[in-house]
Formats: sequence, structure tokens, C-alpha cells
Amino acid sequence: MKTYIARKLLALPLIVLGVSLLVFLAIRMLPGDPARMMAGPEAPEAAVEAMRVRLGLGQPLFMQYFGFVVHAIQGDFGISIRSNLPVASEIANRFPYTFALALTSYAMAILIGVPAGMAAAVFRNRWPDQIVMLLAIAGASVANFWLALMAMNYFAVELHWLPLLGAGSWKHYILPTIALGTLPTALIARMTRSSMIEVLSQDFIRTARAKGLGSFAIYRKHALRNALIPIVTIVGLNFGSIMGGAVVTESVFNWPGIGRLLVDSVRYRDYPMIEGVTLLAVVSVVVVNFLAEMAIAAINPRIRLT
Amino acid sequence: MTAAEETLSEMDAPRSRTSIVMRWLLRRANLVLGAVLVGLIVIVAIFAPMIATAQPDAQDLMNTLSAPSAIHWFGTDNFGRDIFSRVVYGARISLLEVVISVGISCLVGVPLGLIAGTLGKRADQIIMWIMDILFAFPGIILAILLVSVLGASLFNMMLAIAIFSIPVYARLSRNVSLGLKEMEYVEAATALGASIWRVMFDHILRNSLGPIIVQSTLTAGTVVLAAASLSFLGLGAQPPTPEWGAMMSDGRNFLGVNVYLSLFPGLAVTVMVLGFNILGDGLRDLLDPRS
Repeated sequence: MKTYIARKLLALPLIVLGVSLLVFLAIRMLPGDPARMMAGPEAPEAAVEAMRVRLGLGQPLFMQYFGFVVHAIQGDFGISIRSNLPVASEIANRFPYTFALALTSYAMAILIGVPAGMAAAVFRNRWPDQIVMLLAIAGASVANFWLALMAMNYFAVELHWLPLLGAGSWKHYILPTIALGTLPTALIARMTRSSMIEVLSQDFIRTARAKGLGSFAIYRKHALRNALIPIVTIVGLNFGSIMGGAVVTESVFNWPGIGRLLVDSVRYRDYPMIEGVTLLAVVSVVVVNFLAEMAIAAINPRIRLT
Repeated sequence: MTAAEETLSEMDAPRSRTSIVMRWLLRRANLVLGAVLVGLIVIVAIFAPMIATAQPDAQDLMNTLSAPSAIHWFGTDNFGRDIFSRVVYGARISLLEVVISVGISCLVGVPLGLIAGTLGKRADQIIMWIMDILFAFPGIILAILLVSVLGASLFNMMLAIAIFSIPVYARLSRNVSLGLKEMEYVEAATALGASIWRVMFDHILRNSLGPIIVQSTLTAGTVVLAAASLSFLGLGAQPPTPEWGAMMSDGRNFLGVNVYLSLFPGLAVTVMVLGFNILGDGLRDLLDPRS
């Protein structure tokens, strides 16, 4: 286990380094003067000059990158062109909204996906299994923003049961959670089913039955423990797809998270903000993936041996 | 007649070619269903001018935001354009997105993976480091970063989607080539003096085609969803292109007035993605039964 953790831990800074390099290079590949781009089209010449010094544009590229990394580690991503506020503070204000939405979506995915996947495995090849699998493949195929629009149209516009846009009360969470949580729910249901089917065919289950243990006790005792692996895998390794999904879902619902901030920044060509949000989003995905891999290895010893 | 006798008589009876084909197809229902759905979209795309009831950009300002009717099967949008015809022509754009994005990512990712897997050592480490970096990005976020640099257009969006799909192919072909290069026939080819490139592209690539085809089918579904999402955000196809994501984006302003603007393009996306996903699952069962 220690070797496995050490190997993964060594790879982590290399990935973060590469991600920051890609974000750094992408913005500097823009046609025109990078200082003008980062300071904004309306910025006075003095501000552009100050940006030129800050970016170190007279220096070799690797020194510019070094400066970028040092600033990023200090939490300094520059000033937003659109709001004139520090990028870091705007991200700090928006991130809790995205985090809360990710949590409610995962809660929905676990509360619906695990029982559905278990039911499908227990009633394998019978109608409950077929219905769950049909819904799971449909859930994995549907565009989450379309689902969001349809739900908005029905529950908010026609029935007036739920608020249409924005964040505030618990009611504001329902529609965005359904839109963002559908994909992980489908994935958890599919994975829970396949891992349950594998468990139910094991010898120890037969032994448990032979000892006279009831079906319900078997599912509760053995199956729930095995459902942990799909939950951790989907929650951890699919955090990236949740972040990606949040970009679109937040834009549909005017949700004040970092996903909508990114889309708005692209529209306004707010490059310091694009740089900051992208970097933080990807680094958080890398870290969550790393933690998930560790948790999966701790639950399932077979993985760390491969 | 007992069950055993029935089975024996069935075995004795000469089976017609049709019944053999039917049995084969019935055993692979998901493959058939996926192929039918994808085939339907392909037919609609090819014969769009014959299927559409109007030109996709033809405006009828006297008949805007109308509900489905005998003349306009899916209703009309805010410019009086026929939604059915736009959805039909949209199939062409979605298929183009699939062909370009899957094609580029496959043509770049597969050779990279083959080189990494076959050469190993430093080449493997460097290529896979770059692939791990690309893989760390959520696809949509990488695409948004690239589109913000390249500019919002249909082609730039397809390129951005292709770039975030490259690591999938590189990882797949690397893993397959790692297994195949230990096979006796590959060792025999090397012993007979075949160059490393010939071994790579003539022996290993040819035998990796099954998993690559399966992956391409599944990636096609991801491409359709990503393209619709980016166009929905205004970062892909631009108006008046009848792209499904862009059409849904127009429709969001008319929720409560006319839901059909968003409903039908979204259904088309779902059918196409569902088709590719089911087809991919079916092909995997067929080409790689171990998985």
C-alpha cells in the first residue's frame, strides 16, 4: 500500500505542473499582445505596461512560467477584466455554490443509484432489472442541459412549484440537482448492479445461505459493503464530469457557481478569470481523483497490487 | 415428446439461413437496436433534402412559434423556421462533428499509444505524461479553454473536442499494444527482421482494431453530447446553423411559450447518443466477449 501511495503521490505534482503549463501556454498563444489581452481592451496604456511587467513578457518563456506558478501558489491570479476584483476572491465567493450543488447531486446519485443497482442485481434478467438498466442507459445518454430545460418548463414555468433561476432557498437546489445528478445516478446504478452480481455468485454467499441466513440479511450485510466500491469510484473518479456538467447546468439555471463564471468569462474575454477558474477546477479534480484512488485501494486490496 | 427429444429434433432439422441470421440477431438485441438508431440518423442526414419539408433557414414571419401541425410537424421557431426541417438538417452537422472529432482524435491518439506501448521506456513516459495531463481536464473545461483561445466556431469546437478525446485512444492503444507485443506472432515477426514500425502498424495495429472500433462508437456519443453542450453555451456552431445544441439555446428564451423549440432537438440528441452507446455496448460484446 505504501509503495502504491508513494507512486501516486509522486505522479501528482507532475500532473499539476503539466496542467498549469498547458493553461499558461494556452492563454499566451492568443494572437496579439498578451499584456493587452490580460489587462482588457479598455485598459489604459499604463495598466497594460503594468501587466507586461507582472507577466514578465520581456523575460524568457520559462521565467514567465515560473512567475505564473509563484503567483498561483500565492493565490494571485490577477484582476478580473470584467469585475475589476481579484480573481481569487471572486472564485472563493463562487466555489461554495458549485461545491454545494456537487454534494446534492452526489447525494441523489447514491440514494437512488445504489438501491436501484441492488434491486437490478437481485432481480437479474427480470423486469425490475430491465427497467433499471433501461433508465440507466437513458440517463447516461441524455443531455443534462436539455433535461434541465424540460424540468424548468414543466415544474417552474407551467406548475410554478419550483423557482426558475438563481440560488437561495432549498427549492432552488431541486432542478439543478436533478440535471447534474442524473449521469452519476445512472453510472452508480450500473456499477452497483455489476459488482453485486459478482458478489452474489461468490462461494461465501452460498455458505451464508447454507447457514440459513435470510436473503435480506445477506444483501444488507455483504452487498452494502461491496456497494462502497462503485460509490467511491463514481464519486471520486467522475468528479471531473460533475465539474464539466456544472459548467452547463449552472449556465442554464443562472446558478452563481464557478461553472457559470467560466462561461461568462469566455463571453467577456476575461482571460485572467479563465486562467484562474480553469486551473483551480482542474487541480481540484486531480486532487479528488487522487483521494478517490487512495480510498478505492484501501477498500479493494486487489487494485493496489496491479 | 420429452424436452430432450424436442431438442434433438430441433438439432436434426436443417436450419434455413434466415432462421440462423434471426437467431444471431435476437441474441444481440442491443447491437441491432443501436445499429437501427444510428442507421436512422445516418439515413436522415444523407437524405435530408428529401425528408425535410422546408429549407432549414426559410423564414415565415407570419407564422412564428407555432405548435406542431400537419404542415409544420414539430412547429416553428421565433423566426417562423420549420423545426422539423432544422432537426433533420441538424443530423448532418452532428454526424460531421462525430466524423471530424472522432477521426482526428483516433488518427492522433492511436499512433501515440502504439508508439508508447511498443517502444516503451522514455517515449512511453513522455507520451503518457502528456496524455495524463490532457486526461486530468474535464472534457468540457478543456474545450472551453481551447475555444476561448481559438475563437467560437463549429470547426474550432470540433478540434477542441478531438483534442480532449485523444488521451482515450492513446491509453487504449497503448494498453492493447503492451499485451500484443508479447504475443508469439509479434516476436516471430521481429525475429524475422521486421522493423519496429512494421511490427507496430502491420501487426499490432491490425489486431487492435476491435477495441478501437468499440471505443470510437462510445466516443461518438460523448462527442455529440459535448458538441451540443458547447453550441448551447454559444461556443460552437453559430446562428443560423441548425445545430441541435444551438437550437436548444434559442429555445430556452421561449420556455412557457413554445417548448417544442428545445424539446425536439434535445430528443434528437438523446436518440443519437443512446444509439451510439447501445451500439458500442453491443459491439463490445461481439468483438471483445471477455469484457
